[in-house]
Amino acid sequence: MVTGRVLVDGEAVGPLLCLRAPISLWGGVDPRTGRVSDPRHPDNGRSVAGTVLAIPGAVGSSSSSAVMLELIRNAVAPAAVLLDRSDAILALGVVVARELGHPTVPVVELSLERIRGVPQGTTLKVVAGGRISWPEADDIHLGATR
Amino acid sequence: MALELTAAERDVLSGGGGVAAAMAMRILVEAASMMGASKLVEITSAHIDGCLYHGDGGVEFAEALVAGEGRVAVPTTLNVGALDLLHPDRVRGGEHHTRMARRQMDAYRRLGCEPTWTCAPYQAGHRPGVGEQVAWGESNAVAFANSVLGARTERYGDFLDACCALTARAPLAGLHTDAARRATVVVDATGVPASLKDRDVFYPVLGTWLGLELGRDVCVIAGIPPDVDEDSLKALGAAAASTGAVALFHVAGVTPEAPTVEAALGYTVPERTVVATAGRLLGALARLSTAPEGAAEIDAVAVGSPHFSIEEFSRLLGLLDGRRVRVPFFACTGRHVVAELEASGALATLEGAGVEIVADTCVVVAPILPSAGGVLMTCSGKFAHYGPANTGHEVVFGSLEDCVESAVAGRVRRDPEIWSW
Repeated sequence: MVTGRVLVDGEAVGPLLCLRAPISLWGGVDPRTGRVSDPRHPDNGRSVAGTVLAIPGAVGSSSSSAVMLELIRNAVAPAAVLLDRSDAILALGVVVARELGHPTVPVVELSLERIRGVPQGTTLKVVAGGRISWPEADDIHLGATR
Repeated sequence: MALELTAAERDVLSGGGGVAAAMAMRILVEAASMMGASKLVEITSAHIDGCLYHGDGGVEFAEALVAGEGRVAVPTTLNVGALDLLHPDRVRGGEHHTRMARRQMDAYRRLGCEPTWTCAPYQAGHRPGVGEQVAWGESNAVAFANSVLGARTERYGDFLDACCALTARAPLAGLHTDAARRATVVVDATGVPASLKDRDVFYPVLGTWLGLELGRDVCVIAGIPPDVDEDSLKALGAAAASTGAVALFHVAGVTPEAPTVEAALGYTVPERTVVATAGRLLGALARLSTAPEGAAEIDAVAVGSPHFSIEEFSRLLGLLDGRRVRVPFFACTGRHVVAELEASGALATLEGAGVEIVADTCVVVAPILPSAGGVLMTCSGKFAHYGPANTGHEVVFGSLEDCVESAVAGRVRRDPEIWSW
């Protein structure tokens, strides 16, 4: 288990999707489908919907808050977001969504070094206070036979 | 570090300034805590990016502020919307898009913002001075305000820009403070041939590389000619804020906080120095084009991201030299420039040459291009960056000269000599 700095508190569970490059949500993720839509991005075509989305850097457009709000309204948002470096633009879309009465998405600032080695798709659990846990490798194995 | 509010700020938070101001203050306070601010700072102006329609959530937010009787508390300009209000047929969105985009733009006007509809507000008369605390959205405008004007703003996203404007406050953090404005990286461009540095096409390519290299680090660039023009710095910042999160760059001997490299560094040792080599710049140049090498056909040409200035239009007219373009050619700009073009008669000349003027918006934020796919040629690093994802077009990047020659010929024409090193 690791603990990061809470930007937006909350609880969520989902498969880890660790993006392989920084992203601008605007121009990088389609707000209607939740799919990465930048042909230059290594994860182009993948869906962020329902994932615990680890972002190695938020770059580019200041409209990324608006895209985050649309993802939430369209029910294709990530279940939670882990940001390698704090980014108020992205997290603000979540704050505004909550202010308007839409569901919330926990956002945690966390050095992605601390989850290095956790395989893509591993089920991550985010709980209040920015704590993130996942079954250890043995548990994953046992889980299959239990 | 806990956020401390003044009595006046607490009063707004508890509803003393009305429903909308309280909502804006709640969001601002939350953002300030995320940014690690210990207090808020008073601002003198704002530039709002949130008027562009991305979906119905943006309309919902803006109309909630209007319903709460919100009013901006400082002079506030507006970024592009998703419609060209001067040429209503230019944007071919559906009925829903048109209606909602209009509602969003109207809502911001009703909050008391100036309907400037431009991503280059700094060329439409909105020019805060050195050291002035402001809150700006739109990544290129943020980079320009900080770097070229020496004003102080963080990268404010949609919504937070409006919350700052309604409360006349911003979180006292990041680039609002002296410490964060100091350069930590030196970019050595002294080895770039002078002939290349005299070309406008050099600057968006330099910016593209810098954004990838820097992320959000603050740099000071050495080796840029002291007489570099404002449009070149605009193009540099826009490209660096597209590929990276660059919100402030210093140019030694040019920008206000960088009389020298050492001064921009705050007389400390840089964390690193990176050299603008031929390999790095040619790599950035190659990245800007996505169309297959040797592609000859183009379906459209677009210029003006950030919005074209009156000087850029003068150059365009000179390069056209009375000739007519053979493919659709879109020049995106603000209504402040359209008015000047109209007054001087240049507008008629441009239209006679086949140039289509796009005002209040641009081709990567609204459905304007004639086909859903194809090849788009541009001299804008920002169009080249966002074009493929937002318009479905492959991109060919070249200089403004290349764009004009290609548009006149109806086929890609690029002068490789510019980049011989």
